[in-house]
Amino acid sequence: MLVRGWLICLCLGLGPLAVAEPRFPPPDFETEYQIPEEQYAPARALWVEYLDVAVLLGALGLASWFVARRRSRKAVLGLSLFSLLYFGFFKAGCVCAIGSVQNVALALFNPTYAIPLTVLVFFVAPLAVALFFGRTFCAAVCPHGALQDLILVKPVNVPRWLAQGLGVIPYLYLGLGVWFAATGGAFVICRYDPFVGIFRFSGSLTMMLVGALFVVTGLFVGRPYCRFLCPYGVLLKLAAKVSRWRVRITPDICTQCQLCEHSCPFGAIREPVVTRRDPRELARERRRFAALLALVPVLMLAGGWLGARFSGVAAQFHPVVELAELYLRHQTNPPSTPLPAVDALAYARAERDADALLANAVATRRQFNYGGWIFGAFAGLVVGAKLARYSIQPRRTDFEPDRGACYACARCFEYCPQERVRLGTWPAGEPIPGIAIPPSQGALSRKGTV
Amino acid sequence: MDPQPPKSTGQNRRDFLRQGFRGAALLGMGGLVGALSWRSSAETTRWQIDPQKCVRCGQCATACVLEHSAVRCAHAQAMCGYCELCTGYFEPDPNDLNTGAENQLCPTAAIRRRFVEDPYFEYTIDEALCIGCARCVEGCNRFGNGSLYLQVRHEICVNCNECAIARVCPGDAFLRVPVSRPYISKQIAH
Repeated sequence: MLVRGWLICLCLGLGPLAVAEPRFPPPDFETEYQIPEEQYAPARALWVEYLDVAVLLGALGLASWFVARRRSRKAVLGLSLFSLLYFGFFKAGCVCAIGSVQNVALALFNPTYAIPLTVLVFFVAPLAVALFFGRTFCAAVCPHGALQDLILVKPVNVPRWLAQGLGVIPYLYLGLGVWFAATGGAFVICRYDPFVGIFRFSGSLTMMLVGALFVVTGLFVGRPYCRFLCPYGVLLKLAAKVSRWRVRITPDICTQCQLCEHSCPFGAIREPVVTRRDPRELARERRRFAALLALVPVLMLAGGWLGARFSGVAAQFHPVVELAELYLRHQTNPPSTPLPAVDALAYARAERDADALLANAVATRRQFNYGGWIFGAFAGLVVGAKLARYSIQPRRTDFEPDRGACYACARCFEYCPQERVRLGTWPAGEPIPGIAIPPSQGALSRKGTV
Repeated sequence: MDPQPPKSTGQNRRDFLRQGFRGAALLGMGGLVGALSWRSSAETTRWQIDPQKCVRCGQCATACVLEHSAVRCAHAQAMCGYCELCTGYFEPDPNDLNTGAENQLCPTAAIRRRFVEDPYFEYTIDEALCIGCARCVEGCNRFGNGSLYLQVRHEICVNCNECAIARVCPGDAFLRVPVSRPYISKQIAH
């Protein structure tokens, strides 16, 4: 039997790998033996997938209500705990709004990729909500935000200049993520996500190390990922800047008591701007602003040129280009030692249809080149706009959170005496600090009607 | 009614700009959804291995983000030859054709060998033990009927947005499949 088996192997086994005819015909059993059916766990029903969307929309609605109407930090905290458990640990981090940016980019530039509707909703819904209520998604729905919010024990103040400087990184990361996703090379944002390994209790060593680094940093620096890396946060920030309603620290009137000044661990609260600049300086300020605006196209052009220069390096991360390079290297300069087993298998695939592979690689390289121009121009625009922005004087009469930077976590509310009057927790007879407010206005008179 | 202090024009201008940008953003998002829903799929997708493209490199066992890979061996029993000398079960040149550990190709002894009738043996995969290393798949495909093949098990797979195995697959065998048909089973070619 043994010999016969090997003989058949020798005769048939070295034939083509694709099995047209089975080498050993399935036997006709003489006994009662029945060939068992293949067993697969049943496919998940579609409604289970849509359940995630329903939970997302429900959580977004609740979060907005908790922040804008209930003004309750406890409710926000409870919801964020739920989101951490559901979207984080139960759903194991995928699908998430942060990663969906790449699916959208891939779908826009690659007509063969059909984006699932659930992913599209995960991308659009938080942005649409941010256009009306601010970043309530960050506050209580995003598992990344929830995790960082919950582990923040001893917030230290990040200097404003450092926070602003590091604030450029998310824009660049967003551009990079879109660049790589649109060319089909990689989902960089998912690959280097720091928290998904924690949600799964497993991951590569680098992933776990980076995750641990962010967690340790997050104990002392409020939401380090959200502030200095999150690419989706960039879009949310832009949307929240023009939101219909904003997060307000006081329920009605700001008495400028400054009690809330240091309540924000994320440095989002801005003080009132009372002093007007000297009119004699205005002309100079305007000239500087105009010069900075004129600098923007220069920066974009320079960035684009630089991006295109680096596109060759970037393209090597694309699997098609990588394989084509391996093939060409091997063709022009055959190595003396055999390739590692995995590379040899890939090389064999390259050899089967080398022309198509090379043509594909050239096309991909060209796409990377265009993408490099766009990415670089985007980076130049971001830097230019950030510079020009400082020439615009903000107008604020109250202490209020910056629309874009506020995560709507609702921490600052209870620092406000007016809020405590509204809630009835302000000591009776205690005067309200800050400027006196007319008795016809403010929470004191409206108490019971809010 | 108390006379309201007139709002500064700057505030009005900023509100107007804000409204304009908000409207533009809503329009843009509506346009994006419209353009993409044109060719989006109502179904979500899952990662799966095309068994015809799989080159049995063994990286499914190690590249998965899960410690115990979501890829397991599947067995198309209808294609199986029930060979006594199963090249998916036995090491090349085995000492003896029995279930001794030294004869087995599988590093975790995840293949069960059961006598059916002379000279046929049934082979079944114990998926709890299988690590998706594809050594049996290589043996079965190179010398046998190719009834053993790898599949992503969706009750285990966490469905990463970017599959870590797909990224390193030398055969480019990973693809996104609709969730209602999440397995690509092997069939006998007629």
